[in-house]
Amino acid sequence: MSGYYQGLLILVCINIIAVLGVSILTGFTRLFSFGNAGFMSIGAYTAAILSSNFHVPFLLSILAGAVLAAFIAFLLGKLTLNLQGDYFLIATLGFGESVRVLFNYIVPVTGGAQGFSGISVIPGNQLLTVAIITIVCIAIAWNIISSKFGRNIMAIREDEMAARAVGINTATYKNFAFTTSGFFAGIAGGLWAHYFTFISPLMFNLDKSAEMTIVVVIGGLGSLTGSIIASILVTVLPEILRAASEYRMLAYGIAVVLIINLWPSGLMGYKEFSFSWFRTLWVSTKTLVRKIGAK
Amino acid sequence: MTPILEIDSLSKHFGGVKAINNFTVNVNKNQIYGLIGPNGAGKTTIFNTITGIYKPTTGTIKFENQEISNKAPHQIASLGIGRTFQNIRLFTKLSVIQNVYIASQGSAKYGLVEAITRLGRFSRNERQIREESYQLLELLGLADICDKQAGSLPYAHQRRLEIARCLALKPRLILLDEPAAGTNPEESKELVDFILEIHEKFGLTILMIEHHMDVVMRLCDYITVLNFGEAICHGSPAEVKQNPSVIDAYLGKED
Repeated sequence: MSGYYQGLLILVCINIIAVLGVSILTGFTRLFSFGNAGFMSIGAYTAAILSSNFHVPFLLSILAGAVLAAFIAFLLGKLTLNLQGDYFLIATLGFGESVRVLFNYIVPVTGGAQGFSGISVIPGNQLLTVAIITIVCIAIAWNIISSKFGRNIMAIREDEMAARAVGINTATYKNFAFTTSGFFAGIAGGLWAHYFTFISPLMFNLDKSAEMTIVVVIGGLGSLTGSIIASILVTVLPEILRAASEYRMLAYGIAVVLIINLWPSGLMGYKEFSFSWFRTLWVSTKTLVRKIGAK
Repeated sequence: MTPILEIDSLSKHFGGVKAINNFTVNVNKNQIYGLIGPNGAGKTTIFNTITGIYKPTTGTIKFENQEISNKAPHQIASLGIGRTFQNIRLFTKLSVIQNVYIASQGSAKYGLVEAITRLGRFSRNERQIREESYQLLELLGLADICDKQAGSLPYAHQRRLEIARCLALKPRLILLDEPAAGTNPEESKELVDFILEIHEKFGLTILMIEHHMDVVMRLCDYITVLNFGEAICHGSPAEVKQNPSVIDAYLGKED
């Protein structure tokens, strides 16, 4: 496989991991965050600093970044999740921007706006390593949403008051979703750092946060597979339409306006992708063909 | 007669509005207790205060001799008080059985690591949740629609499902907020039978708000009438029906 396609696939994987977290947060709990790029940034810088300055091994540096991002998410959630929806969104937006500005300022640690370079590359077959990590992340996210934890956050999404009335501690579970989204963003950030070997605070700006939320909306709220498919589309399409890639954010904006108005459930809203669809399609095509043949 | 719920001189004020004023009620075990009164009398506010959504301004609420007025809604639910809402609040995008899973999984003890790895108590707990939920739906005649989306059900089924979901908590007291609202006479008759059935099968105590007098008369052992946040009379259905202050509250006073 040529380096270009391999790079594109790695980018797809990294984006999927970050979007998994946003999917759990926005699609399954209906909390909107415009600060998840901040968690990616924390994950990326932690991994970069640990591996470059302290020679921590690849996997461990990523895990440390993810855990730190999750911990910061947990603290931020404690402070802000009692705010009503829009205020929480604004708080996360402020957080994301603060992280960017902070990393710009602490030059001795992060290299400031010049960026942090010379991070070790992903060991072994890069694509294989990233793909395995992605599959593990998808499995984790899937097992979370199909357990009591997933059902509890879905209950919060559907009706918070009813969720409390059946004994769910909604504050705890909202923060659980937020912390989980921070964890996945942290892993994605760590991989990002090791893949590009160079990071700068500007890579993890508001655009990146917005993009992740948009991907979840396009894929359909409440569908993990929808989020995965949408993040593949949103990563690959701008590459194919290279000439027009400057207008990426414009295209996202238009797509979201159209989807919210015409197709509010997104690609796969509240449903998961299943191979049995192909069987159903095949069976119905066969019956249709037979009917036409009989006539 | 042992009281299961003791509300003592409860008041809830919103600014200058006295939504509940010095309200005292004892609900005994196994009773079906009715709370009636004109619109805006403060009935739902009482429910919201019992279930912890509002904190009382003054007064105490005891459930099974335990003070609950300082507890959060989810703690009160876990103690064994289930409720339904005036405007049905189901998890509409989820299936019927998932609605019940969510209420019954409080007993599941597995942790996050067990959920992610599918090891340990996960399978056993999940199987138990599934079996219990299905049994409950079977008992309540909802088993054949267990995979339908809750929001797509006809109104009467949604009411039933909301009660089923609250029973999945294994409560000892349930609060029904206008269960017969929006039902036709046929449906409300079925609902009365349904409530009597669960009352007996689950050994429940029921506190209910209701406007349909035929439903109240058939179900309730004891009634409190509320007007402008104050209890204006207590008694059996027959007594309450003849009480002049009740007639005044509902129909207005003659000058």
